Amino acid sequence: MTRIFTRLLGRAAVAASITMLLAGGAAFAQSGKPIVIGQTLALTGPLGQTGMVHKIVGEIVMDDLNKAGGLLGRPVEWKLYDDESKGSTARTQYERLITIDKVDLILGPYATEGILAAMTVAQRYKKLYIQNTLGIPHLATYEGQFSALMTGAEPQNTFPVRVLQAYADSGFTPKSIAIVTSKFASAQFNSKGMEALANARKIPNLYLEYDFGTRDFGAIAARVKDFNPDFIWTGVLGVEGHQILEAYGKLNYKPKAHLYLYPSPSLAQVPGAEGGISQTSLEDQPPYTNDPLIKHYAEAFHEKAVKANLPYPFIDSQAGNSFSGWQILIAAVKGANSLDDAKLIAWLEKNEVTTVMGKRDFKGKFHTNSVDATQIRQVQNGKWVLVWPRERALPQSKLVANK
Amino acid sequence: MPGLNLVEQSLITGFLAGSLYGLLALGLSLSWGLLKLVNIGHFAMALLSAYLTWYFGTELGIPAWWAGAIIVPVFFVYGVALHWVFVKFRVSEMASMLITFALAIIVESFIQTIWTADFRRYSTPLADQSFMLGGLYVPKLNLLACLVAALLAVGTWGWLKFTYAGKALRACAEDAPIASAYGIDHKSLTYLLSGICAAYAGVAGVFIALIGTLAPNEIWTWIGVVFAVVIIGRLGNPVGALLGGILIGVCEALTQSAVNPAWAPLVSFSVLILLLLVKPKWI
Repeated sequence: MTRIFTRLLGRAAVAASITMLLAGGAAFAQSGKPIVIGQTLALTGPLGQTGMVHKIVGEIVMDDLNKAGGLLGRPVEWKLYDDESKGSTARTQYERLITIDKVDLILGPYATEGILAAMTVAQRYKKLYIQNTLGIPHLATYEGQFSALMTGAEPQNTFPVRVLQAYADSGFTPKSIAIVTSKFASAQFNSKGMEALANARKIPNLYLEYDFGTRDFGAIAARVKDFNPDFIWTGVLGVEGHQILEAYGKLNYKPKAHLYLYPSPSLAQVPGAEGGISQTSLEDQPPYTNDPLIKHYAEAFHEKAVKANLPYPFIDSQAGNSFSGWQILIAAVKGANSLDDAKLIAWLEKNEVTTVMGKRDFKGKFHTNSVDATQIRQVQNGKWVLVWPRERALPQSKLVANK
Repeated sequence: MPGLNLVEQSLITGFLAGSLYGLLALGLSLSWGLLKLVNIGHFAMALLSAYLTWYFGTELGIPAWWAGAIIVPVFFVYGVALHWVFVKFRVSEMASMLITFALAIIVESFIQTIWTADFRRYSTPLADQSFMLGGLYVPKLNLLACLVAALLAVGTWGWLKFTYAGKALRACAEDAPIASAYGIDHKSLTYLLSGICAAYAGVAGVFIALIGTLAPNEIWTWIGVVFAVVIIGRLGNPVGALLGGILIGVCEALTQSAVNPAWAPLVSFSVLILLLLVKPKWI
């Protein structure tokens, strides 16, 4: 009886949380013309696998939002186009969304190239532009742009410091570093930051760049093995992390400590990934899922991701960025009680928003969070586990460095 | 400066990676050289074979070798059917490139619809296994792919060089009407060769599934380098395709280990341009 009551109470809490966060505390009866939110995502092309994560998140938010009464008492529609992982296509599609489809609001696409391309369109029409994955914040010079990331304005300077600090807190200080990075803009940009930090701290380092789309990592793996570093910073995107690990495996090489900058979530399941770390802001596990809203998102995401046949059907940092982008947009509309882009921009400049990644502001340069609040996760027993900062991680989840 | 061990290891890595290029180039080279059809769809079919191998292995529990035994004959039939379409509509060399380009896009979309844009990895016990050879690691699966590529390349070369069918095919490639005048059944032989080319795409796909990570857009990452391999190895020359692949693979690996990994993609076309300038006898 008590269990049933607890379960019912839990469900009620989730429902209340969704209603509170998405509808501002009151379920409106929907009426009037739908509010249309336009977005493109990389549903095909090299970024297609991650684009699918953002699509699922968008579907969940739409379902919840309309169930909770929509926005400003009106139903909400999501107009989504495929930008084929190309900036040029994203730019054209946003032009179409704004001028032909005449959407009320827009949300930025996934990945640096598309984000920057679409931002020029948003700037021309003075639209509020929330983007959730731009890894090079200083390129977002449009004053109507807001970042959903928790990295702060200079992740290339702050994140490498946080990584070495996390290792230092676990008693490990790398004495040599290999930096292997894709030439993909954001990966290269942040990896240059790691190189600069290593040079500043006089840590011997090997810096290697490869082209986006490299097929065989055997020779790169041989070079890293030959250098035998204490720590490998790997500026990968998506599947490249898997390919590099496979190349290490073929040389019977096990990295001592290794980081993957933007890996595909399923990297955790690759043999050899054990002990690897990455940045995060959301995972499908406590302490994140102690929040009823995140738990609901995690379950909804899992259900849809399994149906969509995703190999790693769990929410993670990528989904977190996406949820966060939506939450910022919804909070702005509700807070400003308007669809006017100028009013929404003004509201976000003055207010904080609570997202699945925590409470955040836009007081950093380029409308970023005022501090770098990136957390660190580690592959432990085939799953990503939040390990740092210590006060955020579970007591039993500790960063393990293979010294 | 890279150490000797690093250079040697890179040579092995490049040699084996290059043999996979050669395996993939084999069917394209024969089709282009002997049938005068530039089959861009060859890459798409190789990837489809890779996905089918992965699907059979992970979803149906059919081992890769049995999957290959199913895929290769089916692909042979597909190759024959494709050639029937080309013959029926009198498709020219240039038109074949455009049609098969469209075919590649259709296959990519098909793969993405069925298996999503997410990457797939076929993990087998052999995937990460290597053996030591004088202090160097030789990946077992890559070596197996290399041996199969060598077997097919040399076998096909022997077939073309020493058998009646092979000689007839080469004669038809030189001058089909004259060859027909000498009683060669031109049509049947081209159907056979088209089937073989598609079957080779099937074989390449099995190894791509076992060695690499699969994503639908991977079709396009192979095209540039494999085209260079085909031209370097001379059109219609199976052993040349394999050696061209190995040459490119080794050059790429040495560039990655001795200079800068980012320069590797420049290698295939730089080698091609250099060879076209020097014009060695075999091109």
